[in-house]
Amino acid sequence: MSIDAQSRPALGRGYRLQWEEVQKAHVLLYPEGMIKLNGSAGEILKRCDGVKTIGDITGDLESAFSAKNLSGDVIAFVKLAVEKNWVTVL
Amino acid sequence: MPRILGKQPGPPLWLLLELTYKCPLHCVFCYNPTDFARVDQELDTADWIRVMREARALGAVQLGLSGGEPLVREDLEEIVAEGQRLGFYTNLITSGVGLNETRIAALKAAGLQHIQLSFQDSTKKMNDFLSSTRTFDLKSKVAALIKKYEYPMVLNVVLHRHNIDHVEEILQMADRMGAEYVELANTQYYGWALHNREQLLPSRAQVENAEKITQRYRESHGQRMRIYFVVPDYFERRPKPCMNGLGSVFLTVTPDGTALPCHAARVLPGLDFPNVRSAGMREIWFDSTAFNRYRGDDWMREPCRSCPEKAKDFGGCRCQAYLLTGDAANADPVCDLSPHHGIVKNAVARADAPRGEGAAPGIAEEKPLVFRTPRNSAELFP
Repeated sequence: MSIDAQSRPALGRGYRLQWEEVQKAHVLLYPEGMIKLNGSAGEILKRCDGVKTIGDITGDLESAFSAKNLSGDVIAFVKLAVEKNWVTVL
Repeated sequence: MPRILGKQPGPPLWLLLELTYKCPLHCVFCYNPTDFARVDQELDTADWIRVMREARALGAVQLGLSGGEPLVREDLEEIVAEGQRLGFYTNLITSGVGLNETRIAALKAAGLQHIQLSFQDSTKKMNDFLSSTRTFDLKSKVAALIKKYEYPMVLNVVLHRHNIDHVEEILQMADRMGAEYVELANTQYYGWALHNREQLLPSRAQVENAEKITQRYRESHGQRMRIYFVVPDYFERRPKPCMNGLGSVFLTVTPDGTALPCHAARVLPGLDFPNVRSAGMREIWFDSTAFNRYRGDDWMREPCRSCPEKAKDFGGCRCQAYLLTGDAANADPVCDLSPHHGIVKNAVARADAPRGEGAAPGIAEEKPLVFRTPRNSAELFP
């Protein structure tokens, strides 16, 4: 499956994403397991709602963090997340 | 023991609630304590909810609901709903007995996220014999319900001498049921399983053959069904990093409210395990002697103390060290650097020896399996 700016990523079935105050991090929960996410992974994943496209997510992040040219990073992360089943692409 | 400043443990990420020791099955490999019949006063709903709330505040994220058979508790749905509301990822670990359509619909509505269904074997005969019940058909129906309610199908099959040769059939059964994950969990020798070890420990040839079949199946079905093969630690040269070290991530509460750093830890002598009826979860996790006893490595003896691998395996399992060597601070005797490794080697040698006719003296096939029943428990601990 090709992943580009038009793809709409959503969390995979059975995954739950939440902010954990004790760990000061976003975590991804799944059956009997947990992944502690770094800052950028958490920011991308919390925008993967099955509605926003990767283009929307990139724009959103660029304005939230006053950054430019994040498109490549977002696509690379979503590809990785799809490989790991954290995310499915609609 | 005072906590060393700057070495405060992290959160108890995993909270396992053993809601009851009651169980319609009587499995010979159950890890529950053999004296479970002594426990009569189970915590009530309000107690469990307080435990969850306090553990969640400490940073617990994974909630396991187990037993016994957790479906025996009529308040399971209420407990799940509260766990979900608090932000836990909720896992039900069940034999499936008692899971009808009404209950699975209610659990789904309560927010239950994951069901792990146990199977004893691929055949009706063996499943029913090993659990001392007639449950195979019922479990097959439950597996279909799990699919219908759109849960990932996660099957757990405990392996031992009597069913490990059926691994291929077990995997075929799992595939027919549409399992997405299969855990082939070799028996760990605690509780009833340790009591029955002589009858349950497979031979090395059996283990190697099962691993080979599993690998072949993975290669042909790996895409749609993920298979985990949990190697029996008796056949290893290094111990498992049990619980990632006692008191590091795992907290179990037993049906009567005893808080343990591992579900088998009740056997450890000289530790006054706190009870949630009289202590808060923060105090239990951070301050109790029992939870601090095996944190870090100050408690270690040689060969662990100076071992470069101690940060990797934490000296193995304290319960196994105690149960097999008589001292929980010894190295887990699974490790071939342990001076007590002979105990494990000897058990494996006995498992490898021929049985039945022509068997060496003392290697008896006739010793009966002792099923996990309240009656047997009461007889073992009058």
